[in-house]
Amino acid sequence: MRAALPVLGLLAIIGLWWLATIVFGIEPLLVPSPADVVVSFLELPGYLLEQTLITLWEAVSGFALSIVIGVPLALLIVGSSVLERMFYPLLVALNAVPKVAIAPIVVVWFGFGISSKVLMVVLVCIFPIVISTASGMKSTPGELVELFRSLDATRTHEFFKLRLWHALPQIFVGLKVSITLAVIGAVIGEFVGADAGLGYVITVSGGSADTSLAFAAMALLAVISVALFYLLTWAERKLVPWSEEHRVL
Amino acid sequence: MITISGVSHSFGGVHALDGIDLEVGEHEFVAVIGRSGCGKSTLLRLVAGLLSPSAGEILVAGSPVTRPRGDVSVMFQRPALLPWRTVLANVLLPAEVLGLGDQRDRAHELLELAGLGGFEKRLPHELSGGMQQRVSLCRSLIQSPRVMLVDEPFSALDAITRTELSEELQRVQLARPRAVVFVTHSIDEAVLLADRIVVLSPRPGRIHRVVEVDLPRPRALGQVELDEVSRELRGLLATA
Repeated sequence: MRAALPVLGLLAIIGLWWLATIVFGIEPLLVPSPADVVVSFLELPGYLLEQTLITLWEAVSGFALSIVIGVPLALLIVGSSVLERMFYPLLVALNAVPKVAIAPIVVVWFGFGISSKVLMVVLVCIFPIVISTASGMKSTPGELVELFRSLDATRTHEFFKLRLWHALPQIFVGLKVSITLAVIGAVIGEFVGADAGLGYVITVSGGSADTSLAFAAMALLAVISVALFYLLTWAERKLVPWSEEHRVL
Repeated sequence: MITISGVSHSFGGVHALDGIDLEVGEHEFVAVIGRSGCGKSTLLRLVAGLLSPSAGEILVAGSPVTRPRGDVSVMFQRPALLPWRTVLANVLLPAEVLGLGDQRDRAHELLELAGLGGFEKRLPHELSGGMQQRVSLCRSLIQSPRVMLVDEPFSALDAITRTELSEELQRVQLARPRAVVFVTHSIDEAVLLADRIVVLSPRPGRIHRVVEVDLPRPRALGQVELDEVSRELRGLLATA
C-alpha cells in the first residue's frame, strides 16, 4: 500500500491535467494532453532515449567528479583552519554566482560537447557536497574525539577512522541535494549550447512549437531525477545502516 | 605504577586542582570521590595525558606523562562507541590505532567473559546502555593496559545495571589486577571496588583524606562491613 501511494498521487495529477485540457479546451500548442505527450514519445522513442542517456551521463559523471573533488576539498578545509579561511569564502562566492550566468562562458571555454555540461554539473553539485562533508566531520562528538586522543591516534586515523565515517550520514544529505541539482546543471549547459541531450531537445522543440515533444523531454528529465534520487536513498540504506536519517525520511 | 607529585592545574582562571600527591601501586585500585566540580575528572585527564599539569609531575611506570600512551587505557562516562562499527570492531579499535596486530581471539574472549558472546556482529544502537558500557569495558581491556583510568563509567545507567557493572569491574580486577584510578561520586561503588579511597575537597581540588578499605574480596553491595566505611566517607564528604 505504501509503495502504491506515490503512483496514486502521480496518476491523480495526470488525470487532473488531462481533465483540464479537455474541460477548458486548452490548445495542444500551449498545454498538450498526456496522450499527446505519449504519442510524441512513441514517434521518436529511440532518439529520445538516446538523448536521455546523454543527459544522464553528463549528470552522473559530473556528480561523480564532484564527489571526487568535493570530499578531499572538505578534508582540507576541516584539516587546516588556514586553508578554510583562505578558500571557504571563495567557495561561498562561487556558489552565489547564478549558474545560468556562468553557463555561456563555460560553453565558450569548453565547447558544445559533453565537457562543458559536465563542468556545469560540477559547479552546481560541489557546494552541497563540500558543505555537508565538512560540517559532518566537524560535528564529530567530543567524546569520540577524546577517545581517539586517549589512544594517541594520528590525524590520519582521526580523519579516516572517525571523522569521515561520522560525516557519512550528513554526506548523504548533501549527495541527495546534489543529485537533483546535477540534472538541472546538465540541462542549463545544454540550453546554452549543445547539439544533443534532453535540454537540447527542449530548446529545439520549443523553437519549432512542438510543445508535446518538449513535455515528453521534461517527463524524461523528471524520471531521471527521481530514479537517481531513489538510487542514492537505497545506497544510503545499504551503506549507512546506523544513520537515523532514513528512519525519518 | 602511578606517581603524582605536587600536581596543580588551572585553566581559564579556574584553579581546578592544587598540590595533589598520590601513589598508585601496580595492582592497586584507587577510587577518587568528591562533589561535582572538585576536579576529579581533571585529575584523570592529567594522568591520561589528555591535559598537561600547570605545575608538578606525573609518572606512569617510571616515565613522565607527556601525551596519551598505549599502556594506559581510559574508560569514559558514556560508552563512546563508534556507531558504524560492530561490537567486535569497536573492541578492536585500540588494537588497530595502537598497531597491536590481530587481537581478534582476545576480543572474542573478552566479550565472552563480559556476557556479550553472540553479540559480536551487532551495531551499538541495537544494544542496551548497560551492554554498550560492557563493550566499552572490553575495549579498554583489549590493549592489556598496565593502568586503567575510569571516569564515572556507570553514572548514566539505572541502579540495577550499575550494580551489575560494578561487580563486573570487580571480577575483572580480581582476575588480573592492574593499577586502576576510578573516579566516581557513588560512595557505595567506591567502597565495593577500591583498596584506597581518595576524598577530594572542591575549589580548588585538594586531597581531603585518604581512606584504606581493608576488607576481603570479593565484596558485595549491602555487606555490613561496607556500610561502616560508607558511613565514614559520607561524614568526610560532608566536611570536605
